[in-house]
Amino acid sequence: MSLTSPARVAPSVPPWRNPRVRAIVWQTLLVLALLALAIWLVINARRALAERGMTSGLGFLFDPAQFALGEAFFVFTPGSSYLAALAVGVGNTVMLSLVSIITATVIGVALGFARLSRNALIAGLAKAYVEAFRNTPQLVQIVFWYSFFTLLPGPRQSWSFFGLAFASNRGLTVPAPENGSVLLIVTAMLAVGAMLALIFARLADRRRRRTGRPWKAVRAIEVAIVVLPALITWLVAGAPLGWSVPELRGFNYTGGATLAPEFLAIYFGLSFYIAAFIAEIVRGGLVSIDAGQIEAANAIGLSRGDLYRKVMVPQALRVIIPPLAAQYVSLLKNSSLGVAVGYPDLFSISNTALTYSGRTIEVLSIMAVIYLVLCLAIGAAANVVNRFVQIPER
Amino acid sequence: MNTAPRSFALPASSPPRLPPADARGLRAFLRTHLFQSPLAGVFTFLLGALLIIALWHVVRWSVIDAVWYAPDNGAACRTALGACWAVIAEKYRVIFFGAYPYDEQWRGGLIIALWVAWGAISATRLLSVGTRLAGWALVFVVTILLLKGGLFGLAPVGTDLWGGLPLTFLIFGGTIAGGLPLAILLAIGRRSELPVVRLLCVATIEGVRGIPLLALLFFAALILPLFLPPQLTVDKLIRAEIGMIIFFAAYAAEVVRGGLQAVPEGQDEAAKALGLGYWLRMRKIILPQALAIVVPALFNDIIRAFKNTTFFSILGLFDVLGATKAALQDPNWVRYGTEGYLFVFLLYFIICSAMSLYGSSIERDNKRRVRRAT
Repeated sequence: MSLTSPARVAPSVPPWRNPRVRAIVWQTLLVLALLALAIWLVINARRALAERGMTSGLGFLFDPAQFALGEAFFVFTPGSSYLAALAVGVGNTVMLSLVSIITATVIGVALGFARLSRNALIAGLAKAYVEAFRNTPQLVQIVFWYSFFTLLPGPRQSWSFFGLAFASNRGLTVPAPENGSVLLIVTAMLAVGAMLALIFARLADRRRRRTGRPWKAVRAIEVAIVVLPALITWLVAGAPLGWSVPELRGFNYTGGATLAPEFLAIYFGLSFYIAAFIAEIVRGGLVSIDAGQIEAANAIGLSRGDLYRKVMVPQALRVIIPPLAAQYVSLLKNSSLGVAVGYPDLFSISNTALTYSGRTIEVLSIMAVIYLVLCLAIGAAANVVNRFVQIPER
Repeated sequence: MNTAPRSFALPASSPPRLPPADARGLRAFLRTHLFQSPLAGVFTFLLGALLIIALWHVVRWSVIDAVWYAPDNGAACRTALGACWAVIAEKYRVIFFGAYPYDEQWRGGLIIALWVAWGAISATRLLSVGTRLAGWALVFVVTILLLKGGLFGLAPVGTDLWGGLPLTFLIFGGTIAGGLPLAILLAIGRRSELPVVRLLCVATIEGVRGIPLLALLFFAALILPLFLPPQLTVDKLIRAEIGMIIFFAAYAAEVVRGGLQAVPEGQDEAAKALGLGYWLRMRKIILPQALAIVVPALFNDIIRAFKNTTFFSILGLFDVLGATKAALQDPNWVRYGTEGYLFVFLLYFIICSAMSLYGSSIERDNKRRVRRAT
């Protein structure tokens, strides 16, 4: 007798109990049901559009748009195309988000550290801020700021800050450089310099690790890389130094730059709200560092600055970056609340454009796609930064 | 040679010693938290002085110089140096109940009382979870019935007149009631073995998370009617609510997915070995464990859903914020917007803080339970 039993034939499974067959059947049914739903919706939409005498298509984008928009970073001239209006909206949304992200990050990081301060007064104040701004709707905050700024007294009775800046119902009037575009370019060059310096620092670090000999002048070279491009640009532009200070003439100000209440409301609303969340993320990141790391750094006598720069921040960043990126995305999306105060961001311009053009479906779809792309861009940038700060573990 | 180790213990017990004089109490707190060093002391002193000055200004504006009662359309507020809280006394009916008919506003008051009372009862956790949830369902249904009227001799009231805190509670309740089941479906769909289902769920979740809630609400309010047959008209309130539900579900789905991933693989395999089918496994084995893990994290989303009810004011519906905006259109009171919105700010702050405190108390309880179990 053979020890091996004859190969067993698998008991024949009826096809309706075979998981693979069932999977195919169910998914086919699902796809068919969705297709049917989509066709039904499209038929309804075509009929609805025909009944209302509306046409569809994207051709309207090149038609002139006869509406005026409030002033912001980019200005729209009535009569330009709808495409131009949407482009202005994208520009305003991006710029508003950018300045809000920078402000929120600065406030949030400061608050995050403050919450861990040994001084009970600072820690308590930071906690009060976080609780107050986190536990109230962002829209209430935005509407509150708008109401606050528009209800300030007129220019003649404005609140003066040392005679340099004035808060009135026209907004916040602040001193501005006479040649604003030069300042913008110089700031951009500073950012470029900082980026170059980061790359240089990495190269220098790699060399130090390879050869064991640090460059003596590394710090000086880094500073030079940051400052020089900006300095040269400034000198080439003729080294403009003039500042224009606002002055009350009659019923309004001359000189300086005025930030409109609409901008201030959405800017404060976005920055202060997200700052509270960033503070919690930063605090969480700092708390997550193992106490042994800090004790070890103290034991080998690292200075307090080095403790933060070389031990705490690199480890905290790993924890901080992903939720931070989520907050940035949230800030960008909530910049659409500008519509509540009449700030001409992408959402409120789309809202105006769909009223004027009647192309509800097209305008809303374009807007949604743009927001989606912007959010994905932030996500992609966060992934790159995340790879940069991840410390390979052994 | 005597190598036995000598004992270091004292032959007799020494009397217990008191802790150092200033390790506890107010003085110790001052020394360790406010005045560690002379420099820190100066800093604390300066900051404290600034804080007291700021507080004094706030108190003077909001209490001492404030006007609490101003008949004749706020005549007393015109000359006041401080806050005009009379605007709240004048407009609280509009803020709390919106445009709801004046004679029927007791129904709104009853709804608010029901929500607050059942919230307080639930927070004590004396009742079982099932009872609490059933109670919430009942509260929700009663809210709709009371607002709608037309039963038990109550006058019917159209949805266009609903407003204020009852409407905010209704939007919130509907978002959670509709959004949580959808979130669970999306989360288990995202982990499905069927590629079509998985793709569909991923696309829905990521697509919704990539656009602003406001855009979704406009889609629901403006585009949805175009895609539905003309004989099927859906109320604007319900259309906007659909947008809220989808948005909440997309975010909550990611939280639930985290919980599903935290359930050990062996649980599912053991259930499979017992011959349980997919839905039975999910319902009896996986979901109860996953949901228990994610409740504290879900609370963040639930609080956000409550805060997001304010978005309805942009659609022209009269939730608390929308009703306040409408109330402050009154030319006699338009100047006291700051006071009006501060009141709304405080109202939301109290409700959201209460929910947030409850959420973190669940988290603490969970941690304690886990520690005991391991």
